[in-house]
Amino acid sequence: MAIPQQKPVEARPQQRRRKRRRVWKDKHYRWVPDGQGDWRVQSYLFRHHHKPKRGHFRGPGPKPARQPRAPAGGPPPAPAASDPRPPDAYQGGFGEAQATRLLQRAGFGPAPGQAAQLASLGLVGAVQSLTRPSGTAVLSGPAPRDDDGNPLAPADAWGHDHLWWLDRMVRTDQPLVERMALILHDWFATSQANVSTAQQMIAQSNLFRSRCFGSFLDLFRAVTVDPAMLQWLNGNENYEWAPNENYAREMMELFSLGADRGAYTEDDIREQARALTGWRNDWGDAGAYNFRFEPKWHDTGSKTVFGRSGNWGWEDACRLCVEHPLHPSFFVEKLWSYFIPVAPAAGVREALEATYAGSGWQIRPVLEQILMRPELYEGPPMVKPPVVQLATMLRRLGRPIDTEAWVWLCEEAGQRLFWPPNVSGWDDNRWLDTSRMRARWNMVAYALEGISVDPWSDDYDEEETPEEALARALASWSLPALRPEHREELLEMARRSENLILANWQKGPYRALRQNALLQLIGVSPDLILQ
Amino acid sequence: MSAPRNHSCCSGYTRSQLLRSAAAEAGKGLPAIEPGMPEPAGTGLSRRKFLARGAGLALAVYGASKIPLSAFETGIAQAAQGDKILVSIFFDGGIDSLSVLAPVGDPRYSQLRPNLALPPGAGASFAEDPNLQWHPAAAALATLHGEGKVSAFPAIGYDHPDQSHFTSRHYYEIGELQVGYRTGWLGRYLDAVGDDENPLQGLSLDGSLSPMIATAEKPVAAIDSVDGYDLWSRVDAPIEDEMFRSFARFGSLPSDSPGLSQVRRAASQTDKLRQDLAGVGDFSSPVSYPDTWFSHKLAGLAAYIAVGLPMRVVTVRAPGGYDTHADQAGDLESNLRETCEGILAFQRDLEARGLADRVMVEMWSEFGRRPEENGSLGTDHGAAGCAFVIGSKAKGEMVGEFPGLSSLDADDNLRVTSDFRGMYCSLLEQWLEFDAEAIIPGAAGFARPALVKA
Repeated sequence: MAIPQQKPVEARPQQRRRKRRRVWKDKHYRWVPDGQGDWRVQSYLFRHHHKPKRGHFRGPGPKPARQPRAPAGGPPPAPAASDPRPPDAYQGGFGEAQATRLLQRAGFGPAPGQAAQLASLGLVGAVQSLTRPSGTAVLSGPAPRDDDGNPLAPADAWGHDHLWWLDRMVRTDQPLVERMALILHDWFATSQANVSTAQQMIAQSNLFRSRCFGSFLDLFRAVTVDPAMLQWLNGNENYEWAPNENYAREMMELFSLGADRGAYTEDDIREQARALTGWRNDWGDAGAYNFRFEPKWHDTGSKTVFGRSGNWGWEDACRLCVEHPLHPSFFVEKLWSYFIPVAPAAGVREALEATYAGSGWQIRPVLEQILMRPELYEGPPMVKPPVVQLATMLRRLGRPIDTEAWVWLCEEAGQRLFWPPNVSGWDDNRWLDTSRMRARWNMVAYALEGISVDPWSDDYDEEETPEEALARALASWSLPALRPEHREELLEMARRSENLILANWQKGPYRALRQNALLQLIGVSPDLILQ
Repeated sequence: MSAPRNHSCCSGYTRSQLLRSAAAEAGKGLPAIEPGMPEPAGTGLSRRKFLARGAGLALAVYGASKIPLSAFETGIAQAAQGDKILVSIFFDGGIDSLSVLAPVGDPRYSQLRPNLALPPGAGASFAEDPNLQWHPAAAALATLHGEGKVSAFPAIGYDHPDQSHFTSRHYYEIGELQVGYRTGWLGRYLDAVGDDENPLQGLSLDGSLSPMIATAEKPVAAIDSVDGYDLWSRVDAPIEDEMFRSFARFGSLPSDSPGLSQVRRAASQTDKLRQDLAGVGDFSSPVSYPDTWFSHKLAGLAAYIAVGLPMRVVTVRAPGGYDTHADQAGDLESNLRETCEGILAFQRDLEARGLADRVMVEMWSEFGRRPEENGSLGTDHGAAGCAFVIGSKAKGEMVGEFPGLSSLDADDNLRVTSDFRGMYCSLLEQWLEFDAEAIIPGAAGFARPALVKA
């Protein structure tokens, strides 16, 4: 047996020198949705890399059939303070309970008094106050501090990235922007594990903040060439002479089309990887920087993706996914699943798809319709992600970010920001097991620091009744709504504890311990874990 | 030890500590302990502690005299009679089987892997197929193989391989080529044979539950650390017992939605586990382990088995990730070494404790990687991968031959020569002694390799 010859490892593959080819610019025409259920012709410049044959067809061909008209036809331009609800929206009463649920699913729960204020806007006004914020977000309340009382250094200090975002969740006046950023962090899950600097991760989260209500195609393109994503899925190591399929696969499977739906083949992935070739960066002491497109490293040949051939580039790669007939249903179901735990009925889903496609893949109109759906207000509850529960608790308790414990507590509860478990993000069906439930319990214990009472001080009320004890504990939590059976159980506990008082000296300390037990139990009650 | 997170900030944050520090901060000093005052946690002796002490693990339960002999203790008694345990170790991300068992004798290997191919002679040769050679970092596994304690699957997978991490991993977790199952194959086994009261019967040592042991009915558990499981609060006995009673009630009240039942289930299992593992603390090992977090978990697991905790199925994730699209050599080397050395120490520990005949380890990954390397000194997703069944009772014979690199499948990936569901059927029937027909759909259609010594 011959010993195989080892080729020397080259630091970087040799670049092929290539003469810059001529490009034939050609005006093409195509049908695009006009947003009114009909189609209009759009012209665009097509860059041929080979001279087009005489008589080359430039479109747009026969007019496609009219689409089903989007029910809402896009939201009205100005926020309406009154409540003219769309016909298929939730029609029930919009009081504090509904406002709380909206703030919980589209934000991080109410701060004291906020639910009543939001309820006064009515359903449409309340939803639009979240989906149409103006200007930059204002963070109100004490600035975040680390364990030593110093300001955060999110780009430099361990865990401060997590605290920085958590603080935004707690203090922002644009909660849906933060919630959408969290959703997109899960959707396009990128982990610090394979990214050079925390600053690149933070920049990606800012990208999510700035584009969370706009065009999904624009967002998709921005994410595709985002430095953190280029590193995470090897987009920066995808060369014409050696394509890397990592991003090509996940952009279809996880970001835009979904697995096991027959949307694409392995060949589509390989061709798409070629379309995405050409991104590179430099390497310095801090890792990867200076990300840019290198035309020489891009495969300029023809690629066939989803049966469509052309000299596709990275922008086309995103467009081809978004134009795929199975994309709108993927988008609508995925976005819906972050807000409502039961799948939409077929008719509802189709209407949302029509809104989405008809608006030119705008996120906001779909989001507004979802936030007005009756399923959100009347349907079953869902488990809060751990950071959502923590931010909700801190808002209720009026506590600023003042400890680094939240970093490892959130990690133990299963959600360290900027470190999703893998590229498919966090699994919303598996937030709770014995390990993560324990972490949530301990998180509550930490959150109650400074609010729990000292059982050994002499001044705890020795006459406090079970009802008073529960009222006091609920007030500390800003009066969350509890299911009656939970309230009853807490009262029972308060009564049982009182029966344990046998000696005079126990009257105060045991009542103080009871208060702490009630505070802890409210924090871990299903009412605060669910949203 | 390389713990993955910073635990230093929580040292001393125990129940009694909290209580004491609260008092100390108030300028009053530590509270005196006098008759009738709440007893700081950790001072009581109990029946369970007595049970456990003989085996070298400090296992204590507070106020145990009030707790009736539970299913947990019945489980300890049963486990002591020699129930078998299956430990499943997962290489996350699709490990490159052509590195673990490198086909250095295959002439195409160095052509497909100009940069990544292992040179002949770098690692121990694989006795059952002279063309294959162990990765040097898998030397510990090679040692066990030499002792006849490793059954290797050099090309395991399934027909029409799916190259999505998540789909393929899901197939392995549920033991069926379907998407959307809610229970794992070992979860269904636990549903069939498990106890209604014992969450330890299916245990993930990863801080989150492996979908593989997700059950429909029976309780299962995940723990973040083998060093202990307690719930902190500023509440102490006797009020603490009342608090946990209410917490358990939150777990047992009726539910009207899936979300609520999820919370209830978690609350009730958490409370049970809290009681079962109360006081599990320091343990000692008869052999030395590498100083890594993964090895520490295995050392704890061996101690748990020795003390008789009633486990049937345990899952652990191998350290690191194996989705090596770029710069494969270095990552794979260090992670594989850490894993294999940990497993060797675990096996030696079990042998020293006389428990090796009760434990079988199964190692798997969602797929192998493409034989042809990519341009980033890495490899893309492939099809057939490798799996290993390890233990003193393992048959120690290769299952399915290495298919060679001269003919690949339609996607240029390694061809499959054994089906993972066949491995599952054999483990169920030969090791766990349970009818695979009830667990693996279409079980009758899979050949059962002999995995367990007679």
